[in-house]
Amino acid sequence: MRDETVGAAQQAGRQGGVSVRDTTGPAGLREAAATEAADDSGSGPEAGTEAGPEATSVNGALPHPLPWEELVKTALLGTDRRASPVAAGAEGNAPGALLAAAAVRTVRYRAGLRAAAPAGAPLSAARPDERPPLPRAARNRLAQLLAVRTAGGTDRRGAAPDLTELLPQWLATALRQGFAAPHDLLPALLDAARARTDLRPAALAFAGPRALWLARLNPAWRFALRGVPGGAAGAPAPEDAEGVARLWEEGLFAERVALLGTLRERDPARARELLATTWRTERAEDRLLFLDSLRAGLGEADEPFLDEALADRSRNVRSTAAELLSALPGSALAARMAERAASCVSLALTGETRITVEAPHECDAGMERDGVTAKPPANRGERSWWFGQLVEAAPLATWPGRLGGRTPEEVVALPVDEGWQSELHGAWCRAAVRQRDAAWSRALLGAPGSPVADGPGAVSLAERAQLLGALPEGERAAWVAGFIAAHGLSDSFQLLATCTAPWAGPLGAAVVDALTTARRAGGYPWSYSGIMGLAERCLDPAEAPRLDTLTQPDPPVADPPANSTTAYWTDAFARLTGTLRLREAMHAELTRPPA
Amino acid sequence: MWGLCKGSGSKPYRTVVDTTGPAYQCSCPSRKFPCKHALGLLLLWSDPDGPVASGESEGAPDWARTWLAGRAERTARKKAAPAAPADTEAARRRAEQRAERVSAGASELEQRLEDLLRGGLAAAEQAGYSLWEETAARMVDAQAPGLAARVRELGAIPGSGPGWPVRLLEESSLLYLLVRARRRQAELPEALSSVVGARLGLPVRAEGPPLRDTWLALAQYDTADARLTTRRAWLHGAASGRTALLLSYGAAGKAPELTLPVGLAMEAELTWFPRGTGGRAELGERFGTPAVPSSRPTGVDVTEALGRYGQAVREDPWTPHCPVTLGPVVPAPLPDGRGWQLAAPDGSAALPVSASAAAGPGLWRLVALSGGAPVTVFGECGHRGFTPLSAWVEGDEAVVPLS
Repeated sequence: MRDETVGAAQQAGRQGGVSVRDTTGPAGLREAAATEAADDSGSGPEAGTEAGPEATSVNGALPHPLPWEELVKTALLGTDRRASPVAAGAEGNAPGALLAAAAVRTVRYRAGLRAAAPAGAPLSAARPDERPPLPRAARNRLAQLLAVRTAGGTDRRGAAPDLTELLPQWLATALRQGFAAPHDLLPALLDAARARTDLRPAALAFAGPRALWLARLNPAWRFALRGVPGGAAGAPAPEDAEGVARLWEEGLFAERVALLGTLRERDPARARELLATTWRTERAEDRLLFLDSLRAGLGEADEPFLDEALADRSRNVRSTAAELLSALPGSALAARMAERAASCVSLALTGETRITVEAPHECDAGMERDGVTAKPPANRGERSWWFGQLVEAAPLATWPGRLGGRTPEEVVALPVDEGWQSELHGAWCRAAVRQRDAAWSRALLGAPGSPVADGPGAVSLAERAQLLGALPEGERAAWVAGFIAAHGLSDSFQLLATCTAPWAGPLGAAVVDALTTARRAGGYPWSYSGIMGLAERCLDPAEAPRLDTLTQPDPPVADPPANSTTAYWTDAFARLTGTLRLREAMHAELTRPPA
Repeated sequence: MWGLCKGSGSKPYRTVVDTTGPAYQCSCPSRKFPCKHALGLLLLWSDPDGPVASGESEGAPDWARTWLAGRAERTARKKAAPAAPADTEAARRRAEQRAERVSAGASELEQRLEDLLRGGLAAAEQAGYSLWEETAARMVDAQAPGLAARVRELGAIPGSGPGWPVRLLEESSLLYLLVRARRRQAELPEALSSVVGARLGLPVRAEGPPLRDTWLALAQYDTADARLTTRRAWLHGAASGRTALLLSYGAAGKAPELTLPVGLAMEAELTWFPRGTGGRAELGERFGTPAVPSSRPTGVDVTEALGRYGQAVREDPWTPHCPVTLGPVVPAPLPDGRGWQLAAPDGSAALPVSASAAAGPGLWRLVALSGGAPVTVFGECGHRGFTPLSAWVEGDEAVVPLS
């Protein structure tokens, strides 16, 4: 049946057996005095059965005439085995009399229920959310997006938009607009965030203070309290110096990592100083993670601390410190690495202009201290291994001076000694990514139209995707657009994923054109499903009209091939335009000025 | 509501929808009903900022007005037409036969319940569900569906966790009360006799003068078993203050026909069923379209809520719960994770939330809505606690469904 708690309360009330006025069930329902119920029973149905008189006790303070517990015991064992506490009556019908007595008792209990005092402490009220409420249309949209999630996703093959993929965008827009989350949708929002970790930061930020209040009440939503400032029990505000120090001294590891991260965002120097207070006493694996959180907001001021960490007992801590230092082009470590790397790379003195590489002959203690790993992985020569690490950690600004005042483009275009080009260019790529150097990234990426296999240093797609990250948004989009125009979509997924949504005009146009070409060429739509999914999320909704023509079925062919992919393509484009229009509507609902 | 839809043909389709029915008419050849044009029109209309303008029927074109007028005429004719003359003699004979069967079924069940108690409930637990299933089938044969349903419910109790003997004894004793009452139904006061008849599952009909009011749809939820989906909807009348239960059925797996806009109010006529049906009513004619309600029912305190249930039990001992608007109350957890309660803001009294509701998603919506502050909750108040079905907060017009 439905309720254990009240059932238990009921049972407890009955097992007490006496003076029910005082007998309060644990669940908060208690039974009324017998008199009140007996009055009711006068007009109740038991008047129509033979059980009536026995139940009509006279005084509420008296014990119950029929001990309920006895009735249950007899019922459980059977009247054949256990004497019934109820007289069998004239008919000699023991079970009937028992049932009748139980019926009276049950009806009396139900009719006479009284409320008890609340159990436990009342909840403290949630902090108010000062943000303005969502417009109604946007509220309904959110409910719809969340409901689809619960219903278990959608079919990728159909023509209907995939709503689950739109939730992140919706949340981002709502956050930007500064709306408050509707209270009754908070449970669904928390459930969504629980299922998808990628949604959590935006979902929790949008959900606001009441969601955190709610999460404290439901163990399923505990995740919401992790790492949220003020979420963990008593986490101090960054301004509260004493609280911060106490949590840092006494907190759990996760709380301390969260604290350090929050502080680093607000005040990098204070975070570093906080870490320094306990640095020597931390365990090696904790030191590694704490050190890693300095990656955010890394600056020149961190150098002394990192320099000290270069002498750490743990090898992993040492190499992380070295990596962080090498990302600071002005650091002493960077200068030492520059010197070492420069001694290995020079312009050839004779013949055509090219780069000569003389890899280091040994990995000395100084190099090891600066984070160079001495032992190469299997199948790699140790000299080229050391060389790669030196170039990677050296500031890129070293090279134009070293190589005859050339620009990065010119440097990259220089021929390199037989067999060293990929090693050298690969190391520059890693350096450009680490130092987020746009000029070198641009140079190493080369022209987007150049053949994939024959780029500068034969840079791999993964490396290109990383290099793109160092370029400004617009340039990145333009480069990817150029790449797609030259090479089609098949290798573009990784590169597209680096571009910010919505895709800028030329990039969107390039994607649409490439999809059209793929369709005309009779490509299989499912081999483009990744791109399609990305396009649904990232294309500018303004592209929808351009796509409309594509959703029309192909003109009828006299003898259509049996395995036609036409229908799939039509569906896929229909879903794409449908999703784009939906996104446009979503956006309008959230940004429309209030009527 | 009317519109033109450009289709593949030369003439646009003429689509009319009457939302009071709802009824649809469209000049398209589709055999689906309602057709996609009507559905599209409804979708456009459902957007408050959408392109469908509201206006009176004067502005409608002739073809739309003709259809509406035709509908109105048919409705009027149906109302005026006298009920088909029944073969009263045969009907009386059939009713007699049925009454005899029901009585025989009740006697048989009485015997079976006594046997159950003679052998003990523990033995029944071992016998398993088939025992109950067979008894329920006998009650269906005896044309007493009310008894059959109760027997099936009994069958589910032994597997329902700790405390089941108590619940099984309670429910079987109430069932025993019902079959014994059947034996002496003629001697009972009229009101009680009517309750007994309804609880046995004898056919009942909504009768009496219809009550016209503005009915706020407070809640709507479905329960399903292997055979049937039952949709229950609670309405509250703004002027009369009465609460009504609408039932609608669908075959297993299919949605029942009746769908009400929870949170909106509509002008309509209701006719009540006799006592013993838990406040059930029948929806008659509807007027106009649902709108945002101008008022909501006023909440009562915890003591009064239980008092109302007591009153309901007094009139119908078999009623498991009654509809109550409770408020202001604050939801709060019980200690040690034993569930939830709805407490008076001054901390004087509290009502536990029924365990099934406390385990469902609706509870969390209620808690989120409250945020530790008082709310008004509509729900079913019974001996197992309070089951919240919808709630609202002061200063916000929205009735939030929890089911």
